Amino acid sequence: MYRYDEFDARFVNERVAQFRRQVNRRLAGELTEDQFRPLRLMNGLYLQLHAYMLRINVPYGTLASKQMRKFAYLARNYDKNFGHFTTRQNLQFNWIKLEQVPDILQHLADVEVTGIQSSGNCVRNITADQYAGRAKDELADPRVYCELLRQYSFLHPEFSYLPRKFKIAVTGSPNDRAAVAVHDIGLRMHKNEQGEIGFEVLVGGGLGRTPYIAHAIRKWLAPEDLLAYVESILRVYNMQGRRDNIHKARIKIIVNQMGIDKYRELVDKDFEFTKNGALKVPDDEVERINAYFAPPQYEKLEDQTQALAKIRSGDRAFDRWMRGNVIEHKVPGYAIVNLSLKAPGKTPGDITADKMDAVADLADRYSFGEIRVTHRQNLVLVDVKQSELYELWHKLVELGLATPNLGLLTDIICCPGLDFCALANARSIPIAQDISRAFTDLDELQKIGQFTINISGCMNACGHHHVGHIGILGVDKRGEEFFQLTLGGSSDQHASLGDRLGPGLPQAEVPAAIRKIVDTYLVVRQQQERFLDTYRRVGIEPFKAAVYGEESQAA
Amino acid sequence: MALVKNGELATSSFVDASGAESIPPTGPVIVSLDQWKAHRDELVKRGTPLGIRMHSDQPPELIAADLPHFAVVALEFPKFRDGRAYSYARLLRERYGFKGELRAVGEVLLEQLFFMLRTGFDAFDIQSADPLKDYRTALADFSVWYQPTADGRPTAMQLRRKH
Amino acid sequence: MPQMIIANRLRDGAIVFLAPNDGWEPAIAAGTLIETEADAARLMAVAKQHEGQCQVIDPQLIDVELKDGKPRPTAIREAIRAFGPTVRTDLTEV
Repeated sequence: MYRYDEFDARFVNERVAQFRRQVNRRLAGELTEDQFRPLRLMNGLYLQLHAYMLRINVPYGTLASKQMRKFAYLARNYDKNFGHFTTRQNLQFNWIKLEQVPDILQHLADVEVTGIQSSGNCVRNITADQYAGRAKDELADPRVYCELLRQYSFLHPEFSYLPRKFKIAVTGSPNDRAAVAVHDIGLRMHKNEQGEIGFEVLVGGGLGRTPYIAHAIRKWLAPEDLLAYVESILRVYNMQGRRDNIHKARIKIIVNQMGIDKYRELVDKDFEFTKNGALKVPDDEVERINAYFAPPQYEKLEDQTQALAKIRSGDRAFDRWMRGNVIEHKVPGYAIVNLSLKAPGKTPGDITADKMDAVADLADRYSFGEIRVTHRQNLVLVDVKQSELYELWHKLVELGLATPNLGLLTDIICCPGLDFCALANARSIPIAQDISRAFTDLDELQKIGQFTINISGCMNACGHHHVGHIGILGVDKRGEEFFQLTLGGSSDQHASLGDRLGPGLPQAEVPAAIRKIVDTYLVVRQQQERFLDTYRRVGIEPFKAAVYGEESQAA
Repeated sequence: MALVKNGELATSSFVDASGAESIPPTGPVIVSLDQWKAHRDELVKRGTPLGIRMHSDQPPELIAADLPHFAVVALEFPKFRDGRAYSYARLLRERYGFKGELRAVGEVLLEQLFFMLRTGFDAFDIQSADPLKDYRTALADFSVWYQPTADGRPTAMQLRRKH
Repeated sequence: MPQMIIANRLRDGAIVFLAPNDGWEPAIAAGTLIETEADAARLMAVAKQHEGQCQVIDPQLIDVELKDGKPRPTAIREAIRAFGPTVRTDLTEV
């Protein structure tokens, strides 16, 4: 993975020193909270319900074991022994003290980690396919471009005070695991007619109060033009994005207001100037960065599927886990292993300090010291020898990281919600816990099949509820917590926004509603189609009737 | 008006009439876009140095053709978090070739100076008890820059390639 | 309905309640119960002053009720601020 050189290292240390000064000025009253807020946000520091929350970048979801150990250290010494992985592949700590943040950031800088621009009206963490560089279905490894974008975006002097936040996601696979269609800029690597690899550029996607699927602004962009084209997109947004209303300030609003053709015209006009300038990405810089993403020293191994099949036939639990959580690797003899942070009754995405250390050890022992973070709030070891899967699995079981529910009903995305977040209307975590406890039968889960439930505690949609097969949105109705369900959302290459099922349900009724939806699906589905496909085929009515009864069809 | 210009404290000889009812008859003057449009001929005939002060919703293409008339272009930051002028500054320097004084006015504070410096501003009306100290502090914050702008600072990428 | 004033302490973000002697206390039980509009206005002015002095951020008046003589915010959000996340009662310090 990428290693800082002298420039990167000096930069992050200077940034820590700058923030230390800003904190001191704030504590001394030289900065008002209004003046300080964007500064702390651009270092990842929020003021939440209980304390400050620090959001730490995991660039394009890639983490070294020593960085995970540093997270454990910080959790123990500066927080309450756990952290939370988010839908943008970031880590959050919930009980941070402002006066300690400069020291925390220095600790992070020492292991090449930052909170830089993990919040604020600027370009945020660049997220990517969690299997980048390893998946069989991948066309090209996007991480070199993610790293180029990361450096390009850090303290960009023109774009540090955008109208609003700006999120970029990249996929190198036609199977989009990075949700690029619901990002401000989505980048899909693909080949043009000449067989050259480049980017389809999507713009104006986003969730939140007004969700949109992104539009294609450019069918194919040469990689060397990536930074110049992104600059032009950002420039038009910076100049024309709305600044009068915080809820109408994202790029998706102006793209949809003026239309993608007009937006493209403006971008292309600027691109005429930017494309042949200093932003052209030189091949040697691509090579330099790509060297860091070179594959590890794989052994020459035979495919072990047959040997594994023997073990699987004798061990039902292992078989289940293999079926769901282990993904085919492009190199024979290796496998991609998903570590579930979704055990029944647990908070999705949470992990204790002890488990962070344990995962770091496992990464060192089984996967060349590297860990990936997924936007579905799980972890991945991407280079595990097939011959070591059984042994690893036993260790994961002991650690509670082996719940075989990847991509299944209880692999829930859940935002922190009203238990932690100052923006929330309702508590999301108890809903996730209730649902996961209602569906513990592993055979049933596998029978139900591929299913995403995404839970958000408010309209900001950090839980991505719009793009869940079932989305759950917490709302405040006269001081009580209610939950609105949506059906049929998807964040992959066939992205769609969910349809509202009906009026909000009280907390106690949500698991039963899920049960009714699932039961209806199981009755209506054809062959082994996924819930999403059944929904797209039969529409919302059967599910509405199941949850709300025949009488409330008019609701 | 006390400014930091070229790294020093300086007094501007320009009178900022952009918010005033009337434009003083003589002397260097800064006008608003509306005043420029209304009194263009007189201002040009005046023979004194001219400046223009632009609001944050007035992009530089509105004055691109007239830039040769202006010794000073002042760009407003009505709130420090209104970041449009960073783009305007870059366009003025890099697209329209403006070589005169590019002045940051409005809510110009220490913690944003670094970005102003990099996008092409060279004069600052800093809201501070010690503007020069703030300027020097901001200047020293970083010695590594990732993005090419017209400020001439070599980027990390450029320096790497030299090694 | 009685009220209290809640805020986050600036230096560590901790939830605190305006208490007698114009101090700030982390335990809600130690906070000043406000019964009249006049007191509310007066104490909010004090709280705002403290905000200006960089002690606290965003002081707010919140409704509380007394249960067994112990104050408890009536809004769930404020109760969570006072007592901690409902999903981690192991971390609650009351």
